Amino acid sequence: MAAKKASLTSRNPELIRGIRKYSRSKMYHKRGIWAIKAKHGGVFPRHEPKAAPPKPAEKPPKFYPADDVKTPIPNHRKHKPTKLRPSITPGTVLILLAGRFMGKRVVFLKQLPSGLLLVTGPFKINGVPLRRVNQAYVIGTSTKIDISGVDVEKFDDKYFTKEKKKKTKKSEGEFFDTEKEATKALPQEKKDDQKTVDAQLIKAIEAVPDLKAYLGARFSLRAGMKPHELVF
Amino acid sequence: MPFKRYVEIGRVALVNYGKDYGTLVVIVDVVDQNRALVDAPDMVRGQMNFKRLSLTDIKIDIPRLPKKKSLIAAMEAADVKNKWENSSWGRKLIVQKRRAALNDFDRFKVMLARIKRGGAIQQELAKLKKQDASRGLMS
Repeated sequence: MAAKKASLTSRNPELIRGIRKYSRSKMYHKRGIWAIKAKHGGVFPRHEPKAAPPKPAEKPPKFYPADDVKTPIPNHRKHKPTKLRPSITPGTVLILLAGRFMGKRVVFLKQLPSGLLLVTGPFKINGVPLRRVNQAYVIGTSTKIDISGVDVEKFDDKYFTKEKKKKTKKSEGEFFDTEKEATKALPQEKKDDQKTVDAQLIKAIEAVPDLKAYLGARFSLRAGMKPHELVF
Repeated sequence: MPFKRYVEIGRVALVNYGKDYGTLVVIVDVVDQNRALVDAPDMVRGQMNFKRLSLTDIKIDIPRLPKKKSLIAAMEAADVKNKWENSSWGRKLIVQKRRAALNDFDRFKVMLARIKRGGAIQQELAKLKKQDASRGLMS
């Protein structure tokens, strides 16, 4: 068999949508069906269908349910992470717009598989730890920091999920003792992760004059500032 | 008060409305009571209502309807660009444009600079006040 052509374009160009240049009979001639037929004695060659493997005999079911059971339609959709705004690239300084750290200027590290953005203060500069943040609550500025020296491979959504509290049965006396629930201290491992990530970042930040103070300050609107006219 | 800036052939004007907002143009002919024929080195010559033009102090010496080349030559000879950029009006516009293009980090740096400048001024003022006070006691 001859190798297939790299491009399988039609020999019948479209003049206008729905109308092609050549008629059925002309196309019959162009495709060379007459030549193929002539080679095979006036008949277009047909291949016999491949013999299918014999199917095993199906036994009739032992049990027919009384009512029709509806099977749910299978859903094979896989979510893709949210499309990142083009202004947000690794190393961008972001302004957080909501939550505990509203107004803080923060460094963007990477987008996690859930679509949330992984972000860090750095902690020493403005108190924002390694944290997940939604893209919608963020302004991307045009200030970029070089984060090529930072390794963020190990962080994913599982790192940030809350530990599931084990439900212990409360006796009557303990029911009103809500302070007894132990406040979980941050595990040393997470503190070390924060330190290693920030160490590289702080070096890059201190190389730029005033950048450290910039990241330590909060953003706010003043009189006369029009957000739709501001260049970030 | 008499008028100082007249509509005449060769008057440089600033477009204050429309697609060419902010560009400097030269009045090259007057069409009628309301419109002028206007030309600039990087613009197709066309008519513009006087209401869209703000006249400047700059005037260049050109005949009516010069060719583009001679217009550009006349503008170079009169040094329109530098005269404009050194005039107070032109300088204000340049500063406005620069301020509008500041990014968030730049605005922060400007704030630090203003605080620093204010601090230096206050120091000098304090020194002068002290001198004045000491002189006042003496006199």
